[in-house]
Amino acid sequence: MRRSLILVLLAIAALAVVPWLRLPAFYEALLYIILHWIALATSWNLLSGYSGYFSFGHGAFFGIGMYTTTTLTVQANMPFMWTLPFAAAVAALFGVLLGAIAFRVRSVRAELFSLLTLAMAFVMATIILNTRIDGGPGVSMAAVAVPSFAPTASGTFYLMALAATAITMVAAIWVFYSRLGTGLFAIHDDEDVAEVMGVPTYRYKLVAFALSSALAGLGGGIHALFINYVTAGDTFTIALPLTVILMCVLGGSRHWAGPAVGATLITLLLYSFTGGDSAVIGKGVTGVVLIAVILFMPQGVLGQALKWFDARRAEKNETSAKAAAEAATARIAANPISSSPSSRTEVAAGEVLLKARGVVKQFKGVRALRGVDLDVRRGEILGLLGPNGSGKSTFINVASGHFAVTEGVIEFGGQRISDAPAHLIAHGGIARTYQIPRPFAHLTVLENVALPAMFGAASLDRKTAEDEAWQWLEFTGLTSRAHALPDALNLHQRKFLELARALAARPQILMLDEVLSGLTPSEIDEAVALIRRIRDQGATIVFVEHVMRAVMALCDRIVVFESGSVLAEGAPQDVMQRPEVVAAYLGDAKAASKNRPAGAAPAGEVAHAA
Amino acid sequence: MYFPSATLLAQAVLAGLFTGALYGLLGLGLSLSWGMLRQINLAHFALAFLGAYLTYQLSTYNAVDPLLTLLLIVPLFFVLGAALHWVLARFKVNPFNSMLVTFGVTVIIEALLQWIWTADFRKLESSYAEHKMKIGALYFPLPEMITLVLGVGIAVAVWFALKRTDLGKAMRAAAEDAPIAAAFGVNQKALALMLSGLNAALAGIAGVCLALTYTLAPSQIYTWIGVVFACVMLGGLGRPLGPLIAGCIIGVTEALTMAITAPAWAPLVSFSLLIVVLLARPGRA
Repeated sequence: MRRSLILVLLAIAALAVVPWLRLPAFYEALLYIILHWIALATSWNLLSGYSGYFSFGHGAFFGIGMYTTTTLTVQANMPFMWTLPFAAAVAALFGVLLGAIAFRVRSVRAELFSLLTLAMAFVMATIILNTRIDGGPGVSMAAVAVPSFAPTASGTFYLMALAATAITMVAAIWVFYSRLGTGLFAIHDDEDVAEVMGVPTYRYKLVAFALSSALAGLGGGIHALFINYVTAGDTFTIALPLTVILMCVLGGSRHWAGPAVGATLITLLLYSFTGGDSAVIGKGVTGVVLIAVILFMPQGVLGQALKWFDARRAEKNETSAKAAAEAATARIAANPISSSPSSRTEVAAGEVLLKARGVVKQFKGVRALRGVDLDVRRGEILGLLGPNGSGKSTFINVASGHFAVTEGVIEFGGQRISDAPAHLIAHGGIARTYQIPRPFAHLTVLENVALPAMFGAASLDRKTAEDEAWQWLEFTGLTSRAHALPDALNLHQRKFLELARALAARPQILMLDEVLSGLTPSEIDEAVALIRRIRDQGATIVFVEHVMRAVMALCDRIVVFESGSVLAEGAPQDVMQRPEVVAAYLGDAKAASKNRPAGAAPAGEVAHAA
Repeated sequence: MYFPSATLLAQAVLAGLFTGALYGLLGLGLSLSWGMLRQINLAHFALAFLGAYLTYQLSTYNAVDPLLTLLLIVPLFFVLGAALHWVLARFKVNPFNSMLVTFGVTVIIEALLQWIWTADFRKLESSYAEHKMKIGALYFPLPEMITLVLGVGIAVAVWFALKRTDLGKAMRAAAEDAPIAAAFGVNQKALALMLSGLNAALAGIAGVCLALTYTLAPSQIYTWIGVVFACVMLGGLGRPLGPLIAGCIIGVTEALTMAITAPAWAPLVSFSLLIVVLLARPGRA
């Protein structure tokens, strides 16, 4: 982070001398336009590129900044420079308001958010056109005094744009390397999993949206004086957000510097087509470039370049992963941060850690859980068994906060968690794996494991979290794949990655959802040994499994589910011999005709909902 | 704010229904491609305007009846839509990127329209515009009536085709789960090409209605996006009758807003309705 910051600040400092070089005003204006687009594109990327929530309303926040400045200077006679903080603040306020509505609704995923922000631009234009803010003909800034920081007016504008660019780039770099940025990138890949691993998704999106809007508003305030005559028709066009998106996609939206690269390229491209008929051609070329980039280079110019660079670097030092793992292990040995999970809170074994009473979960017409009472005791391995669709996985989904309960109460360590957001449950010390592995697709294996260490119960800083991650990678045998993307792993490794992620959170309760399914017998033996080792460290494990061999070998106690209710509970040997359990599993003539329709329906629904 | 007479209000409701029919017609193809093909096709609007300009050209300079241009536009656009889908499927473009790619297509079509027909406003002067029915105190202009009949007729026909015919059932199955549908012998790739062609043809038909009732300019492409997407979302993705019903609700509300307050406030309506619907949806799970 420090290197990136120093690099950008040095570049900005070097560029600050330009107004004293006595270049023709024309060049200063061109440089102003490039910087203007760099700032806008970078501010857009801070929310949209990082988190994947593409805003089509960036023009609205830019416009709000513009009209805040015109209103304050022209109608309230405020000095121009004083209006800029207000331009940023008002834009941020609108961003927070829209975000509070849009992000509150869980179904507003990326596409709906895009369209909502698109509509926002039209609404702002309507309001501004119909009120005294504009009134129709537009607002002239001719009477507003231009501050003089440089020998010429164009030099002053250039410096103001440079300052705005500097602020925006620093913000983008800071977010990129902070917890906020890590959380946003996780939201980009899989928001539900990010929340379950402890990322406060709602708050992060809102903060990023406010920051992004504020920076757009700042740019708008400066641009209002630059163009000198502000009209709603020219401000709230769809062209602005689309140009910005094009720049970020072209440059590479997963890196803080991508938008700057894209903005420079596109501005120069459009500039070479200005004037007369060629403006139309320029527009057409922009469209062609956008299509070509998405089809052939979806990571953008910078993304592609970095990928190539990384690949070359990886070739050079193949042994680096091993060295890093050893170094991390040595550091941990010297500074034992990861004592076993239970030793942090020393309580007598056998105490009830998780208590579920009357838990009901309803998916539209289907009751996947119909009044489940269940206790998880500290230090035990509790097996959840039952036919497909009997509610085992749904129970894990509900207990980890992935789904909200319809009725009933779940308490964890004496605190009610059944209405709490999932990230707070993760903080409290519950971690889970997904039956079908759901790794963050664009994060490396190491980053995938470090994330829950940063956001889960342990809440470590990045450096310590990575050391911790190396340790769990070694534990699960994934050290050699640390820098690979999850796509490159086989199923066995992906299942172990799920396990490593859950362990890295250092939970009090570990919920394993069919970690063994799909593995070969020898892989199952390996996994069973692994789970034993986890338990030996003192963890409490809730374990959904169909592989009976593993269940009998591992579990202290089992609970059998059937059609969303608890059918039996007790020691494994005892429970598995009860006639009703045998009937539920193997079925007799009566049980088959009675149970199958009821059992089969929730299965489809749960799979669909998950 | 003032309260207009009953006749004026009734005329406003009628105008809202006419606009709503066009919203519905434009939204239908969009809703089907989003709901069933998982493609957010921004180019739908540009295609509609391309259709409108073709109608304008043929009818103004070649004296072809505007409705007869459908004979050319429907097959032509079917091919265009299928070609677009072929590209998106070939590169396995995800829903989000489909929005960006089709936006690129939109910009290219806009540049094309601007290049051929300039950025000036164009209006199709057809003989239909002179016919106006009057029932009681209310006027029923013929071009709007044509739009309403086409909008309602096509939506009902698509609804029926998807609900009752084997082809429609196969399409719905493929939309629900393509690999499983394919395993049961549904040729989902061919169906997707067909559906995409159909959606583009719907854009073409909407374009003809657009040419009959509105003034055209390339930049006008973008003014329809917000409100039509609101109709699509209010109506429910992939439901053939949804956009029409939502379109009529929005159209009437807008027209009443215009009649009671000022015309410029109308865009607020669709946005407010959209927010209300999003808020009314269940939050988690």
